[in-house]
Amino acid sequence: MIPAPFDYVAPSTVDEAVRALADAGEDAKVLAGGQSLLPVLRMRLAAPTTVVDLGKIGELKGVRDEGDAVVIGAMTTHYDVQRDPLVHDHALLLARATDTVADPQVRHRGTFGGSLAHADPAGDLLAPALALDAEMVIQGTGGRRTVSAAEFFQDFFTTSLAPEDILVEVRVPKHTGWTAHYEKFNRVAQAWSMVAVAATVRAEGGTVAEARIGLTNMASIPVRATAVEQALVGRSADAETIRAAAEHAAEGTSPTVDGNADVEYRQHLAKVLTGRAVEAAMAG
Amino acid sequence: MRITVTVDGTSYTDDVEPRTLLVHHLREKLGKTGTVVGCDTSNCGACTVHLNGQSVKSCSVLAVQADEGEVTTVEGLARDGQLHPVQQAFRDNHALQCGFCTPGMIMQSIDLLADNPNPDEEAVREGLEGNLCRCTGYQNIVRAVRDAAGHMRPGAGPEAEQVAGGERTTTGVGGDA
Repeated sequence: MIPAPFDYVAPSTVDEAVRALADAGEDAKVLAGGQSLLPVLRMRLAAPTTVVDLGKIGELKGVRDEGDAVVIGAMTTHYDVQRDPLVHDHALLLARATDTVADPQVRHRGTFGGSLAHADPAGDLLAPALALDAEMVIQGTGGRRTVSAAEFFQDFFTTSLAPEDILVEVRVPKHTGWTAHYEKFNRVAQAWSMVAVAATVRAEGGTVAEARIGLTNMASIPVRATAVEQALVGRSADAETIRAAAEHAAEGTSPTVDGNADVEYRQHLAKVLTGRAVEAAMAG
Repeated sequence: MRITVTVDGTSYTDDVEPRTLLVHHLREKLGKTGTVVGCDTSNCGACTVHLNGQSVKSCSVLAVQADEGEVTTVEGLARDGQLHPVQQAFRDNHALQCGFCTPGMIMQSIDLLADNPNPDEEAVREGLEGNLCRCTGYQNIVRAVRDAAGHMRPGAGPEAEQVAGGERTTTGVGGDA
């Protein structure tokens, strides 16, 4: 199908983009990499009056080192995130999860910021962002502000972004030397995660010094498996400890029911996948 | 809106509606019907082309986003009547049955080989994850890609995208190796 007609603007700065959104009103839509938006437009599930394309704004692209954080421009593509040495050294979990996003063509176009702002609960980058305590730098008509991942994700496809706001960059605190694994369960290639687990650990010898675990698609927003984290920290990561810790993975989760899985099955998956993710993360 | 896009080495300037998908611009305005539409969900990959040296699904890019860019379609691969090595390998290995997925398979295979000149079977299968063959002819497709890898120097693609000294060079916008 062909999208419904819309006006198109491609500003060259963030200021211009915010102004364009404010001028266009509530029926405007931001176009980042377009790998979620264009299918939606094509199927006419959305028909915005104006599309504001961020593709020409150079300042939104790239990854930089800012002391205790790696700062990722919102328009940095998945392909570039996958291959970025700063991301590998200081936020390995994000690289691992990005490897599993969609397919190569989509990773060439799709962007980190677009994926977070879209906030699909089955999206693979939300849980890693939460687990790594990422902060979102947002620009709106009132200037810039910073919002934690925990505050940013509010509901299905809903974030704290106002209609005229733009996600500018994401600050990811450095987790240097942490090992990581993203364990994803889906039925076929390209399918969304039924459930996935983002796990990153800092090991000292065979002992878990610190652990961060985020769950994909176990609620309308990404959730932290804090009970699992607590059950791991300070213990030697043998198979029994990991299994026992993973039993806590479904605590406090409220996954949706769809054609793929009911609540009970998703909660079962969360436990099994958490065990696998932690084991693989510990193995490096 | 007026856009200028270089497609298979020729520059085209046209007025397009913002909602025009790149694949429709290629097929309906420029006559590049070698690039096909196989689905309505962005899953099948049949419409894969290269935009500024990277494979994209041209159903998921607006024509206006390709403004000032460089596109290579399956029609731009052959040189002087000689098939591209990946095209030749698909032919030699019977890597097509109905042939509908083939343009996308070939374009994605070239992208894959540019990133990984010597992929093992698993890497080929993962690299072609975004392309579906409804004839399920995957065995021979994988065989063809590995055969092509053997016939190509690292990263060889269409002339505009060949790897020289480890870096991908483009004649137009967006060197992106």
